[in-house]
Amino acid sequence: MIKYFTNIKEAIVSNAIGFGVTFRHLFKPSVTLQYPDEKWNLPERSRMRLHMDWEDCIGCQKCARACPVDCIHMTVTKVPRDFDELGKTKNDTQKRLLVEDFYIDLSECMYCSLCVYPCPEDCLYMTREYEFSVYERDDLIADFAPVPEQLMKNAYEAIEEEQRQKEEARRKKKEAAAKKAAAEQAKAKEEPDSKDEE
Amino acid sequence: MQGLIELVQNLGVTADWLAATLAVIVYAVLVFLFLALFALFAVYLERKVSGHIQDRLGPMRVGWHGILQTIADTVKLLTKEDIIPENADRPLFILAPFVLFLGTYLVYAALPFGPNATASNLNIGLFYIIAVSSLVVIGTIMAGYSSNNKWSLYGGMRSAAQIVSYEIPVGLSLLVGVMMASSLNMSAIVINQTTGIGGIGGFLGWNFIQNPFAFIAFVVYLVAGTAEANRTPFDLPESESELVAGAYTEYSGMRWAFFFLAEYANMWIVAVLATVVFLGGWNSPIPGETFVPGWIWLFLKALGVVFIQMWARWTFPRLRVDQLMVTCWKYLTPIAFFNILGVGFWMIFIG
Repeated sequence: MIKYFTNIKEAIVSNAIGFGVTFRHLFKPSVTLQYPDEKWNLPERSRMRLHMDWEDCIGCQKCARACPVDCIHMTVTKVPRDFDELGKTKNDTQKRLLVEDFYIDLSECMYCSLCVYPCPEDCLYMTREYEFSVYERDDLIADFAPVPEQLMKNAYEAIEEEQRQKEEARRKKKEAAAKKAAAEQAKAKEEPDSKDEE
Repeated sequence: MQGLIELVQNLGVTADWLAATLAVIVYAVLVFLFLALFALFAVYLERKVSGHIQDRLGPMRVGWHGILQTIADTVKLLTKEDIIPENADRPLFILAPFVLFLGTYLVYAALPFGPNATASNLNIGLFYIIAVSSLVVIGTIMAGYSSNNKWSLYGGMRSAAQIVSYEIPVGLSLLVGVMMASSLNMSAIVINQTTGIGGIGGFLGWNFIQNPFAFIAFVVYLVAGTAEANRTPFDLPESESELVAGAYTEYSGMRWAFFFLAEYANMWIVAVLATVVFLGGWNSPIPGETFVPGWIWLFLKALGVVFIQMWARWTFPRLRVDQLMVTCWKYLTPIAFFNILGVGFWMIFIG
Protein backbone atom coordinates (compact mmCIF):
# COMPACT_ATOMS: atom_id res chain seq x y z
CA MET A 1 0.00 0.00 0.00
CA ILE A 2 2.79 2.37 0.94
CA LYS A 3 4.48 1.47 -2.34
CA TYR A 4 1.47 2.87 -4.18
CA PHE A 5 2.04 6.32 -2.74
CA THR A 6 5.80 6.21 -3.11
CA ASN A 7 5.21 5.34 -6.75
CA ILE A 8 3.05 8.40 -7.20
CA LYS A 9 5.56 10.61 -5.43
CA GLU A 10 8.46 9.24 -7.47
CA ALA A 11 6.49 9.71 -10.66
CA ILE A 12 5.79 13.35 -9.91
CA VAL A 13 9.35 14.11 -8.80
CA SER A 14 11.04 12.40 -11.72
CA ASN A 15 8.65 13.98 -14.20
CA ALA A 16 9.38 17.42 -12.82
CA ILE A 17 13.14 16.85 -13.02
CA GLY A 18 12.78 15.56 -16.57
CA PHE A 19 10.75 18.54 -17.66
CA GLY A 20 13.34 20.83 -16.11
CA VAL A 21 16.18 19.21 -18.01
CA THR A 22 14.52 19.48 -21.40
CA PHE A 23 13.39 23.01 -20.72
CA ARG A 24 16.93 24.06 -19.91
CA HIS A 25 18.17 22.51 -23.12
CA LEU A 26 15.61 24.48 -25.07
CA PHE A 27 17.61 27.62 -24.39
CA LYS A 28 21.10 26.28 -24.95
CA PRO A 29 22.70 27.14 -28.31
CA SER A 30 22.58 24.34 -30.79
CA VAL A 31 25.65 22.45 -31.88
CA THR A 32 24.64 22.01 -35.49
CA LEU A 33 27.14 22.98 -38.18
CA GLN A 34 25.13 24.06 -41.21
CA TYR A 35 27.29 22.36 -43.76
CA PRO A 36 27.59 24.13 -47.08
CA ASP A 37 27.59 27.52 -45.39
CA GLU A 38 29.81 26.67 -42.45
CA LYS A 39 32.61 24.17 -42.69
CA TRP A 40 34.65 22.59 -39.98
CA ASN A 41 38.34 23.55 -39.71
CA LEU A 42 40.13 20.27 -40.18
CA PRO A 43 43.20 19.50 -38.06
CA GLU A 44 46.59 20.18 -39.58
CA ARG A 45 47.60 16.61 -40.30
CA SER A 46 44.25 15.38 -41.66
CA ARG A 47 44.54 12.57 -44.14
CA MET A 48 42.37 13.64 -47.04
CA ARG A 49 43.25 13.94 -50.74
CA LEU A 50 46.80 12.98 -51.78
CA HIS A 51 49.02 15.51 -53.50
CA MET A 52 52.42 15.15 -55.11
CA ASP A 53 54.98 17.69 -56.36
CA TRP A 54 56.40 16.35 -59.56
CA GLU A 55 59.44 18.63 -59.44
CA ASP A 56 60.68 16.94 -56.28
CA CYS A 57 60.10 13.31 -57.25
CA ILE A 58 63.21 11.27 -57.86
CA GLY A 59 61.38 8.22 -59.13
CA CYS A 60 62.48 5.78 -56.43
CA GLN A 61 59.04 4.02 -56.39
CA LYS A 62 59.09 3.54 -52.62
CA CYS A 63 55.57 4.96 -52.38
CA ALA A 64 54.19 2.65 -55.05
CA ARG A 65 55.67 -0.34 -53.25
CA ALA A 66 54.40 0.79 -49.86
CA CYS A 67 50.79 1.24 -51.00
CA PRO A 68 48.62 -1.67 -49.72
CA VAL A 69 46.09 -1.37 -52.50
CA ASP A 70 48.49 -0.52 -55.34
CA CYS A 71 46.80 2.68 -56.31
CA ILE A 72 49.97 4.62 -57.21
CA HIS A 73 51.15 3.97 -60.77
CA MET A 74 54.34 5.44 -62.20
CA THR A 75 56.52 5.04 -65.25
CA VAL A 76 60.16 5.81 -64.64
CA THR A 77 62.86 6.01 -67.29
CA LYS A 78 66.61 6.06 -66.72
CA VAL A 79 68.40 8.93 -68.44
CA PRO A 80 72.13 9.06 -69.33
CA ARG A 81 74.50 10.18 -66.63
CA ASP A 82 75.55 13.38 -68.33
CA PHE A 83 71.96 14.53 -69.00
CA ASP A 84 71.66 17.46 -66.64
CA GLU A 85 68.40 19.04 -67.73
CA LEU A 86 66.42 17.23 -65.03
CA GLY A 87 67.57 19.56 -62.32
CA LYS A 88 67.52 19.14 -58.55
CA THR A 89 64.78 18.55 -55.99
CA LYS A 90 64.06 21.03 -53.19
CA ASN A 91 66.47 19.10 -50.96
CA ASP A 92 69.31 19.58 -53.51
CA THR A 93 69.25 15.97 -54.68
CA GLN A 94 70.16 15.57 -58.30
CA LYS A 95 67.35 13.81 -60.16
CA ARG A 96 68.61 10.89 -62.14
CA LEU A 97 65.38 9.26 -63.28
CA LEU A 98 62.73 10.79 -65.52
CA VAL A 99 59.27 10.30 -64.05
CA GLU A 100 57.24 10.15 -67.24
CA ASP A 101 53.92 9.23 -65.78
CA PHE A 102 52.58 9.42 -62.21
CA TYR A 103 48.93 8.88 -61.55
CA ILE A 104 47.06 7.90 -58.40
CA ASP A 105 43.67 6.22 -58.58
CA LEU A 106 41.87 8.12 -55.82
CA SER A 107 38.88 5.79 -55.96
CA GLU A 108 41.13 2.99 -54.68
CA CYS A 109 43.14 5.01 -52.19
CA MET A 110 42.25 4.15 -48.62
CA TYR A 111 43.86 7.20 -47.01
CA CYS A 112 46.17 5.20 -44.76
CA SER A 113 49.14 7.51 -45.58
CA LEU A 114 51.56 4.60 -45.67
CA CYS A 115 52.97 6.10 -48.90
CA VAL A 116 53.83 9.42 -47.27
CA TYR A 117 56.53 8.18 -44.91
CA PRO A 118 58.92 6.35 -47.30
CA CYS A 119 59.32 9.28 -49.69
CA PRO A 120 62.91 10.56 -49.33
CA GLU A 121 62.13 13.94 -50.80
CA ASP A 122 58.81 14.70 -48.99
CA CYS A 123 57.04 15.17 -52.28
CA LEU A 124 53.98 13.02 -51.56
CA TYR A 125 51.66 14.24 -48.81
CA MET A 126 48.01 14.32 -47.78
CA THR A 127 46.15 17.59 -47.97
CA ARG A 128 42.97 18.75 -46.20
CA GLU A 129 40.77 18.72 -49.29
CA TYR A 130 37.81 16.33 -48.95
CA GLU A 131 35.18 17.72 -51.27
CA PHE A 132 36.21 16.15 -54.55
CA SER A 133 33.28 13.98 -55.56
CA VAL A 134 32.86 13.58 -59.32
CA TYR A 135 30.24 12.15 -61.63
CA GLU A 136 32.36 9.49 -63.33
CA ARG A 137 34.81 7.13 -61.72
CA ASP A 138 37.53 7.85 -64.28
CA ASP A 139 37.59 11.49 -63.20
CA LEU A 140 39.08 10.35 -59.93
CA ILE A 141 42.38 9.30 -61.51
CA ALA A 142 44.65 12.18 -60.52
CA ASP A 143 47.54 12.78 -62.87
CA PHE A 144 50.50 14.42 -61.15
CA ALA A 145 53.20 14.39 -63.87
CA PRO A 146 53.10 17.53 -66.01
CA VAL A 147 56.27 16.72 -67.90
CA PRO A 148 57.28 19.57 -70.22
CA GLU A 149 57.35 18.38 -73.82
CA GLN A 150 60.77 19.81 -74.54
CA LEU A 151 62.20 17.92 -71.59
CA MET A 152 60.70 14.67 -72.81
CA LYS A 153 62.09 15.21 -76.26
CA ASN A 154 65.54 16.10 -75.00
CA ALA A 155 65.58 13.19 -72.63
CA TYR A 156 64.61 10.71 -75.30
CA GLU A 157 67.15 12.17 -77.66
CA ALA A 158 69.84 11.83 -75.02
CA ILE A 159 68.78 8.25 -74.34
CA GLU A 160 68.91 7.39 -78.01
CA GLU A 161 72.27 9.10 -78.29
CA GLU A 162 73.58 7.02 -75.45
CA GLN A 163 72.12 3.86 -77.00
CA ARG A 164 73.83 4.65 -80.23
CA GLN A 165 77.13 5.32 -78.53
CA LYS A 166 76.88 2.10 -76.65
CA GLU A 167 76.14 0.23 -79.86
CA GLU A 168 79.13 1.95 -81.42
CA ALA A 169 81.34 1.00 -78.54
CA ARG A 170 80.13 -2.56 -78.57
CA ARG A 171 80.67 -2.86 -82.29
CA LYS A 172 84.15 -1.48 -82.01
CA LYS A 173 84.96 -3.77 -79.16
CA LYS A 174 83.71 -6.71 -81.18
CA GLU A 175 85.83 -5.68 -84.11
CA ALA A 176 88.82 -5.23 -81.89
CA ALA A 177 88.23 -8.59 -80.30
CA ALA A 178 87.86 -10.19 -83.70
CA LYS A 179 91.04 -8.55 -84.87
CA LYS A 180 92.84 -9.60 -81.79
CA ALA A 181 91.60 -13.15 -82.21
CA ALA A 182 92.68 -13.20 -85.81
CA ALA A 183 96.06 -11.77 -84.82
CA GLU A 184 96.46 -14.33 -82.11
CA GLN A 185 95.58 -17.11 -84.47
CA ALA A 186 98.09 -15.88 -86.96
CA LYS A 187 100.64 -15.64 -84.25
CA ALA A 188 99.77 -19.11 -82.98
CA LYS A 189 100.47 -20.51 -86.44
CA GLU A 190 103.98 -19.09 -86.38
CA GLU A 191 104.70 -19.99 -82.76
CA PRO A 192 104.82 -23.81 -82.96
CA ASP A 193 107.88 -23.49 -85.26
CA SER A 194 109.87 -21.46 -82.75
CA LYS A 195 108.77 -23.60 -79.89
CA ASP A 196 109.84 -26.78 -81.61
CA GLU A 197 113.23 -25.28 -82.30
CA GLU A 198 113.90 -24.77 -78.59
CA MET B 1 -22.96 30.30 -36.35
CA GLN B 2 -25.91 32.63 -36.08
CA GLY B 3 -23.71 35.27 -37.58
CA LEU B 4 -22.89 33.04 -40.52
CA ILE B 5 -26.53 32.27 -41.16
CA GLU B 6 -27.34 35.96 -41.12
CA LEU B 7 -24.45 36.64 -43.48
CA VAL B 8 -25.74 34.06 -45.94
CA GLN B 9 -29.25 35.47 -45.66
CA ASN B 10 -27.96 38.95 -46.31
CA LEU B 11 -26.41 37.71 -49.51
CA GLY B 12 -29.89 37.05 -50.82
CA VAL B 13 -30.74 33.50 -49.83
CA THR B 14 -34.16 33.76 -48.25
CA ALA B 15 -35.26 30.21 -47.48
CA ASP B 16 -34.33 29.40 -43.90
CA TRP B 17 -33.33 25.81 -44.49
CA LEU B 18 -31.11 26.78 -47.46
CA ALA B 19 -29.40 29.52 -45.52
CA ALA B 20 -28.76 27.19 -42.60
CA THR B 21 -27.37 24.45 -44.85
CA LEU B 22 -25.08 26.83 -46.69
CA ALA B 23 -23.86 28.33 -43.43
CA VAL B 24 -23.09 24.87 -42.10
CA ILE B 25 -21.19 23.94 -45.23
CA VAL B 26 -19.18 27.16 -45.12
CA TYR B 27 -18.32 26.56 -41.46
CA ALA B 28 -17.27 23.00 -42.16
CA VAL B 29 -14.96 24.11 -44.94
CA LEU B 30 -13.50 26.83 -42.71
CA VAL B 31 -12.84 24.32 -39.95
CA PHE B 32 -11.12 22.00 -42.41
CA LEU B 33 -8.96 24.87 -43.62
CA PHE B 34 -8.11 25.72 -40.04
CA LEU B 35 -7.15 22.09 -39.40
CA ALA B 36 -4.92 21.99 -42.45
CA LEU B 37 -3.21 25.25 -41.50
CA PHE B 38 -2.87 24.19 -37.90
CA ALA B 39 -1.32 20.87 -38.94
CA LEU B 40 1.12 22.80 -41.15
CA PHE B 41 2.08 25.07 -38.30
CA ALA B 42 2.12 22.34 -35.66
CA VAL B 43 4.40 20.04 -37.65
CA TYR B 44 6.87 22.88 -38.16
CA LEU B 45 6.62 23.89 -34.49
CA GLU B 46 7.14 20.32 -33.37
CA ARG B 47 10.24 19.87 -35.50
CA LYS B 48 11.75 23.13 -34.33
CA VAL B 49 10.90 22.52 -30.67
CA SER B 50 12.19 18.96 -30.77
CA GLY B 51 15.35 20.19 -32.51
CA HIS B 52 16.11 22.87 -29.94
CA ILE B 53 15.38 20.55 -27.04
CA GLN B 54 17.94 18.17 -28.51
CA ASP B 55 20.54 20.96 -28.95
CA ARG B 56 20.14 20.98 -32.72
CA LEU B 57 18.43 23.30 -35.16
CA GLY B 58 15.57 21.49 -36.89
CA PRO B 59 14.65 22.33 -40.50
CA MET B 60 16.69 25.27 -41.78
CA ARG B 61 17.03 25.03 -45.53
CA VAL B 62 13.52 25.04 -47.03
CA GLY B 63 12.49 28.68 -46.88
CA TRP B 64 13.70 31.04 -44.17
CA HIS B 65 14.65 28.85 -41.20
CA GLY B 66 12.66 25.99 -42.70
CA ILE B 67 9.18 27.53 -42.68
CA LEU B 68 8.19 25.84 -45.94
CA GLN B 69 9.27 22.41 -44.73
CA THR B 70 5.76 21.11 -44.10
CA ILE B 71 4.64 22.18 -47.54
CA ALA B 72 7.53 20.22 -49.01
CA ASP B 73 6.51 17.21 -46.94
CA THR B 74 2.92 17.48 -48.07
CA VAL B 75 3.94 17.63 -51.70
CA LYS B 76 6.10 14.55 -51.18
CA LEU B 77 3.23 12.65 -49.56
CA LEU B 78 0.87 13.62 -52.34
CA THR B 79 3.18 12.26 -55.00
CA LYS B 80 3.76 8.91 -53.31
CA GLU B 81 2.40 5.73 -54.82
CA ASP B 82 -0.83 4.58 -53.26
CA ILE B 83 -0.24 0.97 -52.32
CA ILE B 84 -3.10 -1.22 -51.14
CA PRO B 85 -2.09 -4.74 -50.14
CA GLU B 86 -3.68 -7.38 -52.31
CA ASN B 87 -5.32 -9.38 -49.54
CA ALA B 88 -6.39 -6.33 -47.59
CA ASP B 89 -10.05 -5.74 -46.98
CA ARG B 90 -10.38 -3.00 -49.58
CA PRO B 91 -13.49 -1.08 -48.47
CA LEU B 92 -12.40 -1.07 -44.84
CA PHE B 93 -8.86 -0.15 -45.77
CA ILE B 94 -9.99 2.87 -47.76
CA LEU B 95 -12.59 3.96 -45.21
CA ALA B 96 -10.44 3.69 -42.08
CA PRO B 97 -8.64 7.04 -42.34
CA PHE B 98 -11.91 8.77 -43.04
CA VAL B 99 -13.72 7.19 -40.09
CA LEU B 100 -10.82 8.15 -37.84
CA PHE B 101 -10.84 11.69 -39.12
CA LEU B 102 -14.62 11.80 -38.79
CA GLY B 103 -14.41 10.99 -35.10
CA THR B 104 -12.14 13.96 -34.65
CA TYR B 105 -13.89 16.28 -37.05
CA LEU B 106 -17.30 15.84 -35.45
CA VAL B 107 -15.91 17.32 -32.24
CA TYR B 108 -15.26 20.59 -34.03
CA ALA B 109 -19.00 21.11 -34.31
CA ALA B 110 -19.09 21.97 -30.61
CA LEU B 111 -15.55 23.21 -30.03
CA PRO B 112 -15.34 26.92 -29.27
CA PHE B 113 -13.01 29.16 -31.23
CA GLY B 114 -13.83 32.28 -29.28
CA PRO B 115 -16.53 33.87 -27.13
CA ASN B 116 -19.30 33.66 -29.74
CA ALA B 117 -17.66 31.47 -32.30
CA THR B 118 -18.99 27.99 -31.70
CA ALA B 119 -20.84 26.16 -34.43
CA SER B 120 -23.44 24.93 -31.99
CA ASN B 121 -23.21 26.09 -28.43
CA LEU B 122 -24.88 23.00 -27.02
CA ASN B 123 -26.08 22.97 -23.47
CA ILE B 124 -24.45 19.57 -23.15
CA GLY B 125 -21.42 20.60 -25.21
CA LEU B 126 -18.80 18.86 -23.09
CA PHE B 127 -20.82 15.65 -22.91
CA TYR B 128 -21.23 15.61 -26.69
CA ILE B 129 -17.50 16.10 -27.23
CA ILE B 130 -16.47 13.28 -24.93
CA ALA B 131 -19.03 10.96 -26.48
CA VAL B 132 -18.20 11.68 -30.11
CA SER B 133 -14.46 11.46 -29.70
CA SER B 134 -14.84 7.73 -29.05
CA LEU B 135 -15.48 7.18 -32.75
CA VAL B 136 -11.74 7.18 -33.39
CA VAL B 137 -11.61 3.72 -31.84
CA ILE B 138 -13.61 2.29 -34.73
CA GLY B 139 -11.25 3.94 -37.20
CA THR B 140 -8.20 2.48 -35.50
CA ILE B 141 -9.62 -1.02 -35.35
CA MET B 142 -10.60 -0.81 -39.01
CA ALA B 143 -7.10 0.31 -39.94
CA GLY B 144 -5.48 -2.47 -37.96
CA TYR B 145 -7.82 -5.23 -39.11
CA SER B 146 -8.05 -4.40 -42.78
CA SER B 147 -4.31 -4.29 -43.34
CA ASN B 148 -4.11 -8.07 -43.37
CA ASN B 149 -0.99 -7.88 -41.25
CA LYS B 150 -0.71 -9.53 -37.85
CA TRP B 151 1.40 -6.76 -36.40
CA SER B 152 -1.05 -4.14 -37.61
CA LEU B 153 -3.83 -6.05 -35.92
CA TYR B 154 -1.96 -6.11 -32.62
CA GLY B 155 -1.12 -2.44 -32.93
CA GLY B 156 -4.70 -1.54 -33.71
CA MET B 157 -6.08 -3.55 -30.80
CA ARG B 158 -3.60 -2.02 -28.38
CA SER B 159 -4.34 1.45 -29.60
CA ALA B 160 -8.08 0.86 -29.26
CA ALA B 161 -7.61 -0.44 -25.72
CA GLN B 162 -5.50 2.58 -24.86
CA ILE B 163 -7.98 5.13 -26.22
CA VAL B 164 -10.97 3.46 -24.61
CA SER B 165 -9.27 3.17 -21.22
CA TYR B 166 -8.06 6.74 -21.11
CA GLU B 167 -11.49 8.13 -21.91
CA ILE B 168 -12.42 7.52 -18.28
CA PRO B 169 -9.82 9.75 -16.57
CA VAL B 170 -10.51 12.38 -19.26
CA GLY B 171 -14.22 12.41 -18.51
CA LEU B 172 -13.73 12.36 -14.75
CA SER B 173 -11.26 15.25 -14.75
CA LEU B 174 -13.42 17.37 -16.99
CA LEU B 175 -16.24 16.64 -14.56
CA VAL B 176 -14.37 18.72 -11.96
CA GLY B 177 -14.73 21.82 -14.12
CA VAL B 178 -18.37 20.98 -14.70
CA MET B 179 -18.97 20.70 -10.98
CA MET B 180 -17.43 24.07 -10.35
CA ALA B 181 -19.62 25.70 -13.00
CA SER B 182 -22.74 23.57 -12.46
CA SER B 183 -23.23 23.30 -16.20
CA LEU B 184 -22.02 21.26 -19.16
CA ASN B 185 -22.22 24.30 -21.41
CA MET B 186 -18.73 25.49 -22.29
CA SER B 187 -19.61 29.17 -22.33
CA ALA B 188 -21.01 28.80 -18.82
CA ILE B 189 -17.80 27.11 -17.66
CA VAL B 190 -15.72 29.98 -19.01
CA ILE B 191 -18.00 32.63 -17.57
CA ASN B 192 -17.68 30.91 -14.20
CA GLN B 193 -13.95 31.53 -14.34
CA THR B 194 -14.20 35.29 -14.52
CA THR B 195 -14.18 35.57 -10.73
CA GLY B 196 -12.04 33.45 -8.51
CA ILE B 197 -9.84 33.62 -5.45
CA GLY B 198 -10.58 36.69 -3.41
CA GLY B 199 -13.18 37.89 -5.90
CA ILE B 200 -10.46 39.02 -8.34
CA GLY B 201 -10.79 37.88 -11.92
CA GLY B 202 -8.07 37.38 -14.44
CA PHE B 203 -5.43 34.77 -13.69
CA LEU B 204 -6.77 34.06 -10.24
CA GLY B 205 -10.11 33.10 -11.68
CA TRP B 206 -8.80 30.18 -13.66
CA ASN B 207 -10.11 26.86 -12.54
CA PHE B 208 -6.90 25.01 -11.99
CA ILE B 209 -5.79 27.10 -9.05
CA GLN B 210 -9.12 27.43 -7.33
CA ASN B 211 -8.53 24.43 -5.13
CA PRO B 212 -5.82 21.77 -4.97
CA PHE B 213 -8.13 19.08 -6.30
CA ALA B 214 -8.73 21.08 -9.43
CA PHE B 215 -4.97 21.30 -9.92
CA ILE B 216 -4.64 17.52 -9.59
CA ALA B 217 -7.53 17.17 -12.02
CA PHE B 218 -5.70 19.44 -14.48
CA VAL B 219 -2.58 17.28 -14.30
CA VAL B 220 -4.61 14.08 -14.67
CA TYR B 221 -6.39 15.59 -17.65
CA LEU B 222 -3.11 16.55 -19.33
CA VAL B 223 -1.72 13.04 -18.90
CA ALA B 224 -4.89 11.29 -20.04
CA GLY B 225 -5.41 13.70 -22.91
CA THR B 226 -1.89 13.04 -24.21
CA ALA B 227 -2.72 9.34 -24.13
CA GLU B 228 -5.97 9.98 -25.97
CA ALA B 229 -4.10 11.70 -28.77
CA ASN B 230 -1.69 8.78 -29.03
CA ARG B 231 1.34 10.91 -28.37
CA THR B 232 4.52 9.91 -26.66
CA PRO B 233 4.96 8.70 -24.04
CA PHE B 234 1.87 6.78 -25.04
CA ASP B 235 2.42 6.34 -28.74
CA LEU B 236 2.42 2.57 -29.03
CA PRO B 237 0.43 2.55 -32.28
CA GLU B 238 3.01 4.72 -33.96
CA SER B 239 6.12 3.60 -32.18
CA GLU B 240 5.60 0.03 -33.17
CA SER B 241 6.02 1.25 -36.69
CA GLU B 242 9.50 2.23 -35.72
CA LEU B 243 10.09 -1.19 -34.26
CA VAL B 244 8.09 -3.82 -36.14
CA ALA B 245 4.84 -2.52 -37.58
CA GLY B 246 1.89 -0.53 -36.27
CA ALA B 247 -1.75 -0.09 -36.97
CA TYR B 248 -0.97 2.28 -39.83
CA THR B 249 1.89 0.46 -41.43
CA GLU B 250 0.29 -0.43 -44.75
CA TYR B 251 -0.78 3.10 -45.43
CA SER B 252 1.26 5.28 -47.74
CA GLY B 253 1.14 8.79 -49.06
CA MET B 254 -2.03 10.78 -48.59
CA ARG B 255 -3.86 8.13 -46.57
CA TRP B 256 -1.10 8.19 -44.01
CA ALA B 257 -1.19 11.97 -44.06
CA PHE B 258 -4.85 11.73 -43.04
CA PHE B 259 -3.95 9.77 -39.91
CA PHE B 260 -1.33 12.35 -39.18
CA LEU B 261 -3.82 15.18 -39.67
CA ALA B 262 -6.24 13.42 -37.32
CA GLU B 263 -3.52 13.19 -34.69
CA TYR B 264 -2.83 16.92 -34.80
CA ALA B 265 -6.57 17.65 -34.80
CA ASN B 266 -6.86 15.49 -31.68
CA MET B 267 -4.01 17.35 -30.05
CA TRP B 268 -5.77 20.64 -30.67
CA ILE B 269 -9.01 19.30 -29.20
CA VAL B 270 -7.21 18.21 -26.03
CA ALA B 271 -5.57 21.62 -25.81
CA VAL B 272 -8.80 23.58 -26.30
CA LEU B 273 -10.68 21.47 -23.77
CA ALA B 274 -7.90 21.96 -21.21
CA THR B 275 -7.98 25.67 -21.87
CA VAL B 276 -11.74 26.04 -21.64
CA VAL B 277 -12.24 23.90 -18.54
CA PHE B 278 -9.08 24.63 -16.54
CA LEU B 279 -7.29 27.66 -17.91
CA GLY B 280 -10.06 30.20 -18.21
CA GLY B 281 -10.95 29.82 -21.87
CA TRP B 282 -11.09 33.20 -23.56
CA ASN B 283 -10.67 35.29 -20.40
CA SER B 284 -7.53 37.35 -20.27
CA PRO B 285 -5.13 36.81 -17.36
CA ILE B 286 -5.26 40.50 -16.50
CA PRO B 287 -8.53 41.21 -14.70
CA GLY B 288 -10.92 43.49 -16.51
CA GLU B 289 -8.87 43.89 -19.64
CA THR B 290 -10.96 43.82 -22.79
CA PHE B 291 -8.64 45.25 -25.43
CA VAL B 292 -7.31 41.98 -26.77
CA PRO B 293 -10.11 39.91 -28.36
CA GLY B 294 -11.08 36.69 -26.62
CA TRP B 295 -10.14 34.29 -29.38
CA ILE B 296 -6.50 35.41 -29.24
CA TRP B 297 -6.31 34.43 -25.59
CA LEU B 298 -7.93 31.10 -26.39
CA PHE B 299 -5.44 30.42 -29.16
CA LEU B 300 -2.44 31.45 -27.07
CA LYS B 301 -3.43 29.29 -24.15
CA ALA B 302 -4.25 26.33 -26.38
CA LEU B 303 -0.88 26.73 -28.13
CA GLY B 304 0.74 26.68 -24.73
CA VAL B 305 -0.90 23.36 -23.93
CA VAL B 306 0.13 22.05 -27.37
CA PHE B 307 3.68 23.12 -26.56
CA ILE B 308 3.47 21.24 -23.25
CA GLN B 309 2.44 18.11 -25.16
CA MET B 310 5.37 18.49 -27.53
CA TRP B 311 7.71 19.18 -24.62
CA ALA B 312 6.54 15.99 -22.91
CA ARG B 313 7.18 14.01 -26.07
CA TRP B 314 10.92 14.64 -25.94
CA THR B 315 11.25 14.26 -22.20
CA PHE B 316 9.92 10.83 -21.42
CA PRO B 317 10.62 7.36 -22.76
CA ARG B 318 7.79 5.37 -24.18
CA LEU B 319 5.58 3.38 -21.83
CA ARG B 320 5.19 -0.34 -22.32
CA VAL B 321 1.63 -1.45 -22.91
CA ASP B 322 1.24 -3.06 -19.50
CA GLN B 323 2.68 0.04 -17.80
CA LEU B 324 0.20 2.08 -19.80
CA MET B 325 -2.76 0.04 -18.59
CA VAL B 326 -1.51 0.09 -15.01
CA THR B 327 -1.13 3.85 -15.14
CA CYS B 328 -4.66 4.28 -16.36
CA TRP B 329 -6.61 1.83 -14.26
CA LYS B 330 -4.60 1.71 -11.06
CA TYR B 331 -3.43 5.28 -10.75
CA LEU B 332 -5.28 7.81 -12.89
CA THR B 333 -8.83 6.51 -12.46
CA PRO B 334 -8.73 6.24 -8.62
CA ILE B 335 -7.06 9.64 -8.43
CA ALA B 336 -9.75 11.10 -10.69
CA PHE B 337 -12.53 9.64 -8.48
CA PHE B 338 -10.78 10.96 -5.41
CA ASN B 339 -10.62 14.39 -7.07
CA ILE B 340 -14.34 14.50 -7.66
CA LEU B 341 -14.93 13.66 -4.00
CA GLY B 342 -12.43 16.29 -2.94
CA VAL B 343 -13.84 19.03 -5.11
CA GLY B 344 -17.33 18.21 -3.93
CA PHE B 345 -16.32 18.51 -0.27
CA TRP B 346 -14.35 21.67 -0.98
CA MET B 347 -17.27 23.33 -2.69
CA ILE B 348 -19.69 22.43 0.08
CA PHE B 349 -17.58 23.18 3.12
CA ILE B 350 -15.14 25.80 1.96
CA GLY B 351 -17.07 27.32 -0.88
